[in-house]
Amino acid sequence: MSENDVLFVAEHRHGTLRDVSYEGISAGRELADALDGDLHVAVISGPVDRFAESLDTPEVDVIHTVDAGEEFDHDTYTAASEALHADLDPAAVVFPNSVNGLDYAPAVADELGLPYVSDAVDLAYDDGLTVTREMYGSKVETTVDVAGDQFVLSIRAGEWGGASGTGDAEISPFEFDADSVDDGARVQGFEEVGGGDVDIGEAEFLVSIGRGIEEEENLDLIRDLCDATGATLSSSRPIVDNGWLPKNRQVGQSGKKVTPKVYLAIGISGAVQHVAGMKGAETIIAVNTDPNAPIFDIADYGIVGDLFDVVPALIEEFE
Amino acid sequence: MKILVTVKEVAAVEDDFEIDGLAVDERYLEYDLNEWDDYAIESAVQIAEAADEDVEVVAATIGPERSEETIRMALAKGADRAVRVWDDAIAEQTLLDVDAKVSVFEQIVAEEEPDLVLSGVQAADDSFGATGVALANRVGFQWAAVVNDLDYAAGDDVATVRRELEGGVEEITEVDLPAVFSIQTGINEPRYASLRGIRQAQQKEIAPHDLADLGLDAETLDGALELTDMYEPESESDATIFEGGAEETAGELASVLRDKGVVGE
Repeated sequence: MSENDVLFVAEHRHGTLRDVSYEGISAGRELADALDGDLHVAVISGPVDRFAESLDTPEVDVIHTVDAGEEFDHDTYTAASEALHADLDPAAVVFPNSVNGLDYAPAVADELGLPYVSDAVDLAYDDGLTVTREMYGSKVETTVDVAGDQFVLSIRAGEWGGASGTGDAEISPFEFDADSVDDGARVQGFEEVGGGDVDIGEAEFLVSIGRGIEEEENLDLIRDLCDATGATLSSSRPIVDNGWLPKNRQVGQSGKKVTPKVYLAIGISGAVQHVAGMKGAETIIAVNTDPNAPIFDIADYGIVGDLFDVVPALIEEFE
Repeated sequence: MKILVTVKEVAAVEDDFEIDGLAVDERYLEYDLNEWDDYAIESAVQIAEAADEDVEVVAATIGPERSEETIRMALAKGADRAVRVWDDAIAEQTLLDVDAKVSVFEQIVAEEEPDLVLSGVQAADDSFGATGVALANRVGFQWAAVVNDLDYAAGDDVATVRRELEGGVEEITEVDLPAVFSIQTGINEPRYASLRGIRQAQQKEIAPHDLADLGLDAETLDGALELTDMYEPESESDATIFEGGAEETAGELASVLRDKGVVGE
């Protein structure tokens, strides 16, 4: 235990550790090395002993298991994180910037009265912490300097490689009275959404449409392209938010992860949440008017142009 | 009952832009109501419209005088009045951190005593995604982040929310009031402001407050965070870009699709 240590809180759902848990170990290790401290990993609720075994990678010094309930619940996570902080007094607490991270990390930082920087994509420590983060939907990157010796961070999923292998971390059950926690928010259950007539996860060729389509009526143009090519229609989030396509067509972090042979992204800028759902496609093709759109960073082929010119021409190629 | 909705005017950056120091050059910015907040306003107005009792919807913002135009859109969509906080000391900040924002909203909550606070999940400009949950902790309210379904009738002590987790899974949770919910896009269909609404909004109050009005001083804003650099990320693209007119580029694209074997000859 020292003031140079880093504490990372892992994440799991339905008995499985999420990838960001291993990514956070990598990020935490980097930071702990820069601070010349140890990396502590906490795993709260669920089968913690089994989780501890999986999290025991060479990067980790100590794993704290907090036996409290089965699934994430923000009252428990907030209280347990605060108790761990009081016990360990680390320089940094690192959380995943996941949906659950959003549901407790800001509360922990506020309760501890510590500076909070969310959604870090890179970290550097040299006499002080510097966090790299994005603004304006990835159009701009910024660096933020954090004053002081203690801080709270959340890291973006997919930015660090996942830790792997087997280490020899000390596994330490953490004394925590789960019954004393406030229960003002009570998880009742979970539901899988987005089932229905089509499984875009099975498609070999996806034509995916985004904000660039502008109007609901214009979707017919994309449907014509799907008919002409035999592709399956999918979309980015705004199209589903607008109610123009059902949830089962949505690709991305909160929708489906897809890995088709070809993913043709039309009028999709490539926000990080979308890319999380389709970067595993074998071949990515993008059509977008903005040459700086992030979608071109991951595309194999691209056309910088207006979809209302390109798509009709493409339909003609197959008719 | 009273519902407080925290809203923010955010800038969107044009496709081509320049950075001037630690900010995007003003010429390339377009201001609008933060998309998430638009859904939060709609949620609040729907609760008010469905209620038997009187429900007041108050929009609260931290923003310069310019933002009044945007805040008035929230009033035109059905919020009853607004509170706008601004101060020279706020204008001087390169980065208004979560703690500073929460300290401001904490005072507004103390003044307004809402039963329910709605915020957007995040602001489209800096995407911190923290104000709502941090505020809940500060004022001792319960909370739920990333809410894409809100089942609540005015006057009830408990709300049932769905939180949109990753991978098409929703968590169903009961939350005691008073509470702060951060609202996700897609939870409803935000209305367009009607002409009548726009006319009425001209008569609605946007009360200006500076830090002193809220009993705060400039030191409240002295956060630990400092913006030190802003730059365009280097393009990592190694995509083959097809050049030329629509027919030419579509032809190239068609050959790629045929090569990959996903369409017939």
